[in-house]
Amino acid sequence: MTINEAQDQVIEEFSEFSDWMDKYAYLIDLGNSLDPIDEKAKIPQNLIEGCQSRVWLNAETQDDKIIFTAESDAVIVKGIISLLIRVMSGHTPDEILDSDLYFIDQIGLKEHLSPTRANGLLSMVKQIKLYALAFKAKA
Amino acid sequence: MDTTLDIAAIRADFPILSRTVYDRPLVYLDNAATSQKPRCVVEAIERVYYNQNANIHRGVHYLSQVATEAHEEARQTVQAFINAVTSREIIFTRGTTEAINLIATSFGETFCSEGDEILITGMEHHANIVPWQLLRDRKGIVLKVIPFNEKGELDMEAFSKLISPKTKLVSVAHISNVLGTVNPVAKIIAEAHACNIPVLVDGAQAVSHMAVDVQALDADFYVFSGHKMYGPNGIGVLYGKEKWLEQLPPYHGGGEMIATVTYEKTTYAELPFKFEAGTPDYVGSVALAEAIRYMQKLGLKAIGDYENQLLQYATGQLMKIGGMRIFGTAAEKASVISFLVRDIHHFDMGTLLDKLGIAVRTGHHCAMPLMHTLGIEGTIRASFAFYNTKEEIDALVAAVDRVQKMF
Ligand SMILES: Cc1ncc(COP(=O)(O)O)c(C=O)c1O
Repeated sequence: MTINEAQDQVIEEFSEFSDWMDKYAYLIDLGNSLDPIDEKAKIPQNLIEGCQSRVWLNAETQDDKIIFTAESDAVIVKGIISLLIRVMSGHTPDEILDSDLYFIDQIGLKEHLSPTRANGLLSMVKQIKLYALAFKAKA
Repeated sequence: MDTTLDIAAIRADFPILSRTVYDRPLVYLDNAATSQKPRCVVEAIERVYYNQNANIHRGVHYLSQVATEAHEEARQTVQAFINAVTSREIIFTRGTTEAINLIATSFGETFCSEGDEILITGMEHHANIVPWQLLRDRKGIVLKVIPFNEKGELDMEAFSKLISPKTKLVSVAHISNVLGTVNPVAKIIAEAHACNIPVLVDGAQAVSHMAVDVQALDADFYVFSGHKMYGPNGIGVLYGKEKWLEQLPPYHGGGEMIATVTYEKTTYAELPFKFEAGTPDYVGSVALAEAIRYMQKLGLKAIGDYENQLLQYATGQLMKIGGMRIFGTAAEKASVISFLVRDIHHFDMGTLLDKLGIAVRTGHHCAMPLMHTLGIEGTIRASFAFYNTKEEIDALVAAVDRVQKMF
């Protein structure tokens, strides 16, 4: 599945929620079922310190693809992380660098990626691209 | 609620309280961060700009005279509000933060040297921590911290033991912005004075909830911010006993604060102008005086009594929610409630409360060392003002209960 196909799938899923409460209940479900990040990856270098919540992001390569795993101390943040990983993980650096993340906006969660939220998600998205750049340079 | 205040009439004075957020009525419970402004305060700002705007203290023209008089009258209003001896003891600053930085610099540079100690408490806002750390970096002073018990009350025995011949200043919050604890500042001051140590009181959270009398407290310095007491943002007050302020060098240099300037030597203006470099906020001062008059009209006693009822009611209702953890249960407590439900993250709870139109604060509340002591990352904080109602607390409690069930 391409990045855009995955984004469209998420948008489709979220189109079923008419009520924000249902949407957030779903995010909480996603957050609760997000695989925890490897304890070994919970190192300071992987920590993105937001003012409100913290995010750990780990990146590894598998063949020519980057596999992201991430976690947060806040469940709603974890729910959004789970979506970001579903969309961005398992792609080549070029695919990641060329991608345009539009699904967050379309499912009405843009506020969570605003600099004022300080929950670590915006930095996480930036960091994903930086990893792609770094792996591309190494390849 | 049993009060002489006409809450409906009061709410009508605050236009913002009738707006909606996400199509729901706004329930504003973030008053400890900043309070809303009554119409008379905003109108005062408009009045100054539309009718009497001119730079003060320097013009002979009519408008400048009028503006100067209004600014100095505002100073007298503040003087009377906290019962200072003279208006020379009232310095306008940008807020609490600037006032503490002023003292940390002017007092610190004059009276502190390497190894000297400054005493603060374990529940201070960063504004009463970081300026002392900067002084520590410049002068090699030592910062000592008075601990508190599980209720959030200061350990007064530990305080007595922490006082030493090297202690140069005690700097304490009157009311904790996180725990709500009303600290026994009169006792602290009396004990410090017995050892000839001056005391700075951070009154940022106090002046809107209780009558403050700096002479009765015998405080050496008392600081607060206009925006937390229904006044405008960008103005605050440093009260200092004249005998101290006379001994301190200026903080900032520039216009207003000088008597004569030559390239060789500058002499400084008298108090309070010595500490007010540059064009002061003569608009903010007038609006702040208006806010003070507004509170005085309601009566600080009536305000405090009503807010205490809100506190008691909210505490009782919140405690009915299973897993409720309230941080700060001091016997003397202001209308601030910090809480968590079970181990639900404050960001998760805050995000969903916001969607329900409830404005509360989440996070560390600029008191990271305090959070560290409590062993948590942050809390949700609801803080009440006299315009809040029992119904709003019911809305808060219902929202918290609804949200906690989602986790
Ligand atoms: C106890 C306390 N001290 C200091 C401050 C800082 O006030 P300001 O940001 O208005 O300077 C605050 C405000 O958050 C406070 O609650």
